[in-house]
Amino acid sequence: MSGYFTDLWGGAVSLLEGMWVTLKEFPKRPVTVGYPHEHLKMYRRFRGHVELIGGEDGSPNCIVCSMCERACPSNCISMTGEKPEGSKKKVLTSYILDFTTCSLCGSCVESCNFNALKFSNEYNLASTRREDFIIDLLERLAEQNKASGGGDD
Amino acid sequence: MELSLLNAFIAVFIAIAFVGANAAYLVWWERKGAGFFQRRPGPTENGPWGLLQPPLDGIKLMTKQLLIPGGVDKAIFMVAPVLAMFPALVSFVTIPFSSSIQAHTIEVGVLLIFAFAALGSMSLLVAGWSSRNKYAMISSIRAVSQTVAYEIPLLITTITVVLIAGSLELSEIAAAQMGGIWNWYIWPFQKSAGFNIFMPISFMIMFICSVAETNRAPFDLGEAESELVAGFHTEYSSMGFGLFFMGEYANIVIGACLITILFLGGWACPFGDLGFFPFTHHVGWFLLKLYLIIFVFVWIRWTFPRTTIYGLLNLSWQYMIPLSLFNLLLTAALIKVFA
Repeated sequence: MSGYFTDLWGGAVSLLEGMWVTLKEFPKRPVTVGYPHEHLKMYRRFRGHVELIGGEDGSPNCIVCSMCERACPSNCISMTGEKPEGSKKKVLTSYILDFTTCSLCGSCVESCNFNALKFSNEYNLASTRREDFIIDLLERLAEQNKASGGGDD
Repeated sequence: MELSLLNAFIAVFIAIAFVGANAAYLVWWERKGAGFFQRRPGPTENGPWGLLQPPLDGIKLMTKQLLIPGGVDKAIFMVAPVLAMFPALVSFVTIPFSSSIQAHTIEVGVLLIFAFAALGSMSLLVAGWSSRNKYAMISSIRAVSQTVAYEIPLLITTITVVLIAGSLELSEIAAAQMGGIWNWYIWPFQKSAGFNIFMPISFMIMFICSVAETNRAPFDLGEAESELVAGFHTEYSSMGFGLFFMGEYANIVIGACLITILFLGGWACPFGDLGFFPFTHHVGWFLLKLYLIIFVFVWIRWTFPRTTIYGLLNLSWQYMIPLSLFNLLLTAALIKVFA
């Protein structure tokens, strides 16, 4: 019997304290983001799938050495290049990333000696179709150049 | 008002419309409230501020298949959701929204509401019993033991108020509290209550019991999702579930109406009757108080975690019932002495 009224009083007070805590949160702004309409800015170090880095003229820095292709433990990367007439360097003609088997290990980025590969900030990586994950990185670079208004030739 | 077929029909129509609209939009109100208490925006997609959400939810519920699982007691299974909904509808007949807005004046209005509220817990038992599902069964046993435990202090507290007002008619109880906020029965030192200082405690008991009666969080043991799937309506789909849902929200409205009438003066203006429009005794004040109380219900729901079944029953039998009994005796004695 001794603790009866103190229990009652303590309980009532703690209930009111709890309600005060939630009431204080009520008028504050939401901390969530209305996802399909609004997007969070991704952190700079976020690892999305890899993408090519373009030079000043917009063309890829890649010299088609195939180091990334060889470094990849799951054979996600397939690339082709050709040497145009009169040129000393090879030029990249296609760079396909098969993201279905990529584990984002970063070996390709590490192995690149020509600053041609980096992680993108792309995080909307969900689809119902397998083909959506076969990503043409050269096309992606061209689109980025177009979006930033850089040269595309 | 004399009772003719026409105004009986109109009263039923208005009651059903009011219950339906409330049930639909209290869900919206609750989801919005939940959102704001958790720093989310709540429903926003359908219509401005998500206002089209309730009708769309309704369409979805109505177009779903009404599934009757094999092995259930079919007749009782079908009756249970109706039984959940209609006591709530009947109770609206006797609730006075203002001195002129009342479907039918019944001299034992309080009694009628409690009689039909008891029928509501019957529907939970019947639903769980006929579902042929052990979780539904456990849930309905819990819900019934809970409603029985909380109906007692609720009734005793109501009797306290009835003693003070000297009437079982809801409109007379409200009318006895006119003339300003200081006349409401929530406050201590009412002359008509014999200067009883425990009236706020009575109000608290009434409030807690209403939350428990409507099986709402933190007393929602009947539908403790983590333990009992969905509780007594586990096996119900489509509008079977919809009726339980609407009945639940209709019961919330009735609980809030009762609190408003018994302790907050019904449609009384808090500043006394000043005679000009917004400050006259008016249905607007009733609705304002009603929805404020419902807001507090929502607030409580999204603040506290669920109690245990033992804690719940202990709270009723060890605290609520003795305190309400004590207050009833004290009030009776004080009225005898002072009033």
